[in-house]
Amino acid sequence: MTKPMLKMTAAFADVMPAEYVELVQSGPFGKGYGVADLGSFKELIEEHPLCAGCGLALAVRLIMASLPSPEDTVVVGSTGCSSLAFPQIALQNIHSLFGNQNAVATGLKRALTLRFPDKHKDVLVVAGDGATADIGLDMVLHSWFRGEKLATIMLDNEAYANTGGQESGMSPEGCVLNMAPTGKKFKKIALPEIARESGCAYVASVTPVQPRKLEKAVRRAILVAREVGPTYVQIFVPCPTNYKFKPQETLVKAKQKEKDQTYPLREFITPEAQSYLAAIEGGGKRD
Amino acid sequence: MKNKHKRWTFARKYCMLLKGLQLFYGGMILTKYRVLAGPEGYLPPAAACEGIALPDVGYALIEGREVPEQEALSAIVDKLLSAKRPFFFPGPNVLWEWKAGVAEKAAAVRKLADTAGARVIPMPDYRPKYPMINPAIEINPNHPNLTIWHNKIDVCVFVGVHCHYANMALKIIRGGTDCYTIAICGEAGHEDANITLRDAGIPQLEALTAMVAERRRLS
Repeated sequence: MTKPMLKMTAAFADVMPAEYVELVQSGPFGKGYGVADLGSFKELIEEHPLCAGCGLALAVRLIMASLPSPEDTVVVGSTGCSSLAFPQIALQNIHSLFGNQNAVATGLKRALTLRFPDKHKDVLVVAGDGATADIGLDMVLHSWFRGEKLATIMLDNEAYANTGGQESGMSPEGCVLNMAPTGKKFKKIALPEIARESGCAYVASVTPVQPRKLEKAVRRAILVAREVGPTYVQIFVPCPTNYKFKPQETLVKAKQKEKDQTYPLREFITPEAQSYLAAIEGGGKRD
Repeated sequence: MKNKHKRWTFARKYCMLLKGLQLFYGGMILTKYRVLAGPEGYLPPAAACEGIALPDVGYALIEGREVPEQEALSAIVDKLLSAKRPFFFPGPNVLWEWKAGVAEKAAAVRKLADTAGARVIPMPDYRPKYPMINPAIEINPNHPNLTIWHNKIDVCVFVGVHCHYANMALKIIRGGTDCYTIAICGEAGHEDANITLRDAGIPQLEALTAMVAERRRLS
C-alpha cells in the first residue's frame, strides 16, 4: 500500500462504506500517530474473533498503533491465534503456511527492495510462539543468519492455544495444559538470547502491561530493520482460555510475571544499531 | 463383489472416455457445458475445468461461448435493461485512485451504472470481515452471495475487481444464487462470468453507456 492508494475516486466516494471514509479521513496513514494517540484516530484493527481477555488481541492492537509508516508496511503472519485477527487489519498482510513466515517475508522484502529502491518498505513478521520457536524455527533462524532486514515479532502465549492447548517450546517448564496433562518436561526456549547470538541487531522482550515500552520496542525493531539488520521482539501475551484465568486478569498475570522475573524484560542492541537509534531518536522524533 | 468392482471400473473408464471426447475432438475444444446463472449447487466447477477457455483478443464470452465483442456489448445492454434489480460491484481497481487514469475509468463506470439505472455496491477490499459484512452497503468476494441475497439482485456487473478474487466470487455467485453475472474486465476476462468482456477500458464503457442511452431513448 502507498499513500495514493488511500485516496478514493470521486465517482464512487458517495457509495463507500463509512468505515473506509473514516479510515481515509482519520486513519493513521502518514500521520505519525502512536500508542499515546489511541482513541483519537481510526485504528487499523477494531473487530476480531479472538477470545475475551486475549492478551494477543491487545498486543496486536498496540503493534498496529506503533507502526512508524503503516502505509508502507506489509505484515506477514502464520498459522495460530494471530492469524484469526490479521485478516481483519486494514493493512496488506500475507498469511504464510505454518512456520514459513520468515522465508515468505524474505522473498517479499527482497522484491520490495528491488521494486522500490528509494523507499523504505517495512516487512513485519508477526507470528505466535509455535510458528516462531517450534515449527518455523528453521526459517526464523536462517533469516537471521542471512541478515535479512526483517522485523520479527513473536506473540508469546506460551501454548498452541487455538488447537486445544498443547505445550510449545515457549511454555514454561512444569506448566500443565489441556493437552499436556503431566506438565512440560523442559525449559522455555531462550529465544531472545538465541536471536542476539544469531545476528539480530535489536532484540527486546516486552509485555502489553507497559504499552509505551512495547511501542518503543516495536518501532525500534522496525527502524533498525530498515537500515541495520534483522530484529526480534518477543511479546508476552497471556492466554486466559488455556491458562484458565479470568479474562479481566490478563494484565495482572503479565504484570506478575514481570515482577517475579519469570518473564524477564530484556533489550539487546548492537553498537551499530545503538548509534543508528541515537541518531534518529536524538531529536525526540518518532521517525 | 468382484463383478461390482469390474462394473464400477468400466463405468468410470467410459465416463473418462466420454469426457475426453467431449473436451478434445479433432483439435477443437468441444464442450456442452454452459456458464449459466445458478444456483448450480455447492462447489460448482470452475468453468475452465469444464473446457471453457478465455476469449481471444477482440472477442468476449457469452455463457461460455466465444462471440465478437460487439455481440457481447449488446447482450450486456439487454441484460442490464431487462433486469429488475441490476447492481454494479466496483472493486478496488476503480474505487481507489492508485494510479493515473483510474479516476477517468471510475467516472465512466459510474456514468454507465447511472444511465442503466443500476445501483452501486462497492467492494473496497477483500478482508473476510468479522463478524460479517453489512450486505446492504458492501460486497465481499469471500461471501458475495450475502449481498446478492440481501438485495435480491438479479443481474450484477463486476468491474475493477482483481482477477483471482473476481473468479472466486463469480463461482460462489453461480453456486449459490440465480444472479446473472457480467464481468467488465481490463485483463483477459473471466470464464466464470455469464458474460465477460476482455481488455475493457473507457472506450468499451462509453460504448455501453451510449447503447444503453439509445435503447432507453427508443423504448
